[in-house]
Amino acid sequence: MGRYILRRLLHGIIVIFGVTIIVFVVTRMVGDPVKVMLPLEATLEQRAAFEKQLGLDRPIMVQFVEFMGDVARLDFGDSLWQHRPAMEIVFEKLPLTLVLTAVGIGLAFVLSIPLGIIAALRPGGVSDRSTVFVSLIGLSVPQFWLGLLFIVVFAVQLHWLPTSGTATIAHIILPGLTMALPVLARLVMIVRSSMIDELNQQYVQTGYAKGIPFLRVVGLHALRNASLPVATLVGWETIRAIAGYSVVVETVFAWPGLGLTAIQAIEREDLILLQAIVFSVAVLVVMINILMDIAYTLIDPRLRLA
Amino acid sequence: MAEAAYSSKMLSGRWQDRLRGLRSLTQELWRDKAGFIGMLLIAALLLMAVAAPLLAPHDPAAQDLRARLKPPAWSAQGTWNHILGTDHLGRDVLSRLIYGSRVSLLVGAAVVTIAGTFGVIMGLLAGYRGGRTDSIIMRWIDTQVAFPGLLLALIILAVIGPSMITVIIVLSLNGWMVYGRMTRSAVLAVRQTAYVEAAEIVGCRAHRVIFRHILPNLTSPLLTLAILEFARIVLAEAALSFLGLGIQPPATSWGLDVATGKDYIFRAWWLVTMPGIAISITVLAVNLVASWMRLISDPQEREKQFARKMAVRQRRRRATGQ
Repeated sequence: MGRYILRRLLHGIIVIFGVTIIVFVVTRMVGDPVKVMLPLEATLEQRAAFEKQLGLDRPIMVQFVEFMGDVARLDFGDSLWQHRPAMEIVFEKLPLTLVLTAVGIGLAFVLSIPLGIIAALRPGGVSDRSTVFVSLIGLSVPQFWLGLLFIVVFAVQLHWLPTSGTATIAHIILPGLTMALPVLARLVMIVRSSMIDELNQQYVQTGYAKGIPFLRVVGLHALRNASLPVATLVGWETIRAIAGYSVVVETVFAWPGLGLTAIQAIEREDLILLQAIVFSVAVLVVMINILMDIAYTLIDPRLRLA
Repeated sequence: MAEAAYSSKMLSGRWQDRLRGLRSLTQELWRDKAGFIGMLLIAALLLMAVAAPLLAPHDPAAQDLRARLKPPAWSAQGTWNHILGTDHLGRDVLSRLIYGSRVSLLVGAAVVTIAGTFGVIMGLLAGYRGGRTDSIIMRWIDTQVAFPGLLLALIILAVIGPSMITVIIVLSLNGWMVYGRMTRSAVLAVRQTAYVEAAEIVGCRAHRVIFRHILPNLTSPLLTLAILEFARIVLAEAALSFLGLGIQPPATSWGLDVATGKDYIFRAWWLVTMPGIAISITVLAVNLVASWMRLISDPQEREKQFARKMAVRQRRRRATGQ
């Protein structure tokens, strides 16, 4: 077990190393950071001074070593847009993204279990077919558009909920729902299919035959065995939410988390802040991956041997 | 002479076989109503994309400032000249939708082709060669899957600058791993079978074994995967264009149109709604076809369907008292 976690940690460090190298290569060698970040009318002297400030006038290997040192110390430099350390901005915005993700994923998870089980009890029945159909629609609707529809209906037409901001609990309802629904569609499908598989197993028949109550058989025995693929997907969706959906949802609702900040950094051509965000999210993703692997071994003791 | 006649007979026989196969396939498609509707919608979309200049009532880029923000034809101030209304520059929404289908389908097809080809080749290499090739490729895939793909895409788009080509490159870079994993596991399963071993013993070269004996067995799962990926790519392109990192203004894209409509969301609901509906219908159609494909390419599912059909027939027979 300890060695397994150690191996996963090592792989995580390799991934983070890879991300850092790619960020370095893309920003310094593919593109020209000075051209991206300075205005077009900047003079040659300004360019040279800026190059010197970023250390771009030195050999690429020296730059690389410097960069790795900065990354190790979590020091990416000052954001060009806000004139303060980039990591400070990241730590300020990160909690908001985490809250949004937690609300979205939590909502999807809590709803998907009962819906998926109800659909799985009678495969091919009315409730099953309608669940599958609604999930298919949920999978097909673009998330940003769903958010805008919510704004049109609940904020513009009905005036029930605010469209943007973070002041009260009511502010998180629409972004949270937008985050949750596509995830819910995918989760319901996987709960349904793995429950159908489990309910066809013989131990379920045995359970009924022994006189164990229906709820106990389905909710305890079958659900526990069906939970591995569900847990896998929950982990994946959490990663996707932090490193993907959050960008879209936060842009739609002006939710000032990391995702929106990343888009703003691109608009303001602030590569330093963008680097810091990409690196932090990569670390977060790797950490979630490791937690997921540990969670598997808790759910399924058979995996502990591997 | 005789030989030529013989081979032509063979050829026509093979064509008849194919035709029969196609007919039974369409019959099966007809039986699955959802899949049939999906296929019809995709055909209509393809037609729309190809014949866009003929179908579009207006030039999608033509501005008409006197007819700004006209609502759709069925509402009070709408005109039949602009069936789905106009945007803030007086451009015809319907025409923009019709032209926008080109971008979605083109990006989807390009990314699926590039990522699919690369992924399948990598998967075949890993599965067939095994050993060190396998472990290197799989380590690469594992590492890239653990990457936060979209954020790296953001950095690339920020540095290189957004365009249709960059979108295709970025989405392909992020999407090939699924094909690689699936191909590899399928190759590992097929490799153990007797016919692959026989082909190797007979002395077939590696590429013949791979392309003639192994690859055809992977066709249906790969096709299903490619269709599902197509749906995902259409959504991803729309999202990138919505964020301003995809297709750029003179060109049209559904995601881009939603983004421009967003600024007029309080006054002109149709600007956001119409392109969104177009994206949803496209993706839904593709998903419907994909789930039908999964059903018919899975022998277990087919057996279940067959059993269900027999049960219905029996019940009917009993009911009529025969």
